[in-house]
Amino acid sequence: MTITKEQNGSSLTVNLQGRLDTTTAPDLDAELKEDLAGIQALTLDLKELEYISSAGLRVLLSAQKVMNKQGSMVVRNVNQTVMEVFEITGFSDILTIA
Amino acid sequence: MRELSVDATVENIDRVTDFVNQELETLNCSQRTLYQIDVAVDELFGNIARYAYDPAVGPATVRVEVTENPLAVVITFIDHGIPYDPLSRTDPNVHLSAEERQIGGLGVFLVKKTMDGVSYEYKDGQNILRITKNLT
Repeated sequence: MTITKEQNGSSLTVNLQGRLDTTTAPDLDAELKEDLAGIQALTLDLKELEYISSAGLRVLLSAQKVMNKQGSMVVRNVNQTVMEVFEITGFSDILTIA
Repeated sequence: MRELSVDATVENIDRVTDFVNQELETLNCSQRTLYQIDVAVDELFGNIARYAYDPAVGPATVRVEVTENPLAVVITFIDHGIPYDPLSRTDPNVHLSAEERQIGGLGVFLVKKTMDGVSYEYKDGQNILRITKNLT
């Protein structure tokens, strides 16, 4: 998976490319842990994300919990496969999907 | 029918995924089906890697078969670790808020919902977990 980031003051956009699964989820988790301090608006752009497994959901959940305390989080450009996973698991109710 | 036997480790998930994808290549699966199967492999082989032999490492076999009438792919995960039926677990509550959420069990739940069949048996000292995905 490739993770690219654009930060503008307290806004951070993270673009995910590839697969967010057991193998790659720890990378995203580590990146976010490092970067979320002081961020008030987090956007996760999933345009290039192929699929997500429960390991990826775990990272999104922990990011959502952090952002619930310090600002807001938006997930955008969700493809059909990923949306289906969000819907089955109820993450479509937890996340703000734009 | 083809199978791959490897150490059940998280590092080998990619290898198993590549093997399965290669077996499915000629079947004209939709992208959606392929991704669903890849997620299932990640969840199920991932669970074997993490728990079956914990804290040791042991082998697992992944078998891919294609059946006709109806056209379906059947993937079987076999290990001889601790007997464990992942299907015996209660489905997670997917209506809780972020703060109340538990992630445990979500992977197997996802597999149950996206595959057409999931079965488990413990036989001859082996955990045998089988998923079926219809291709028509």
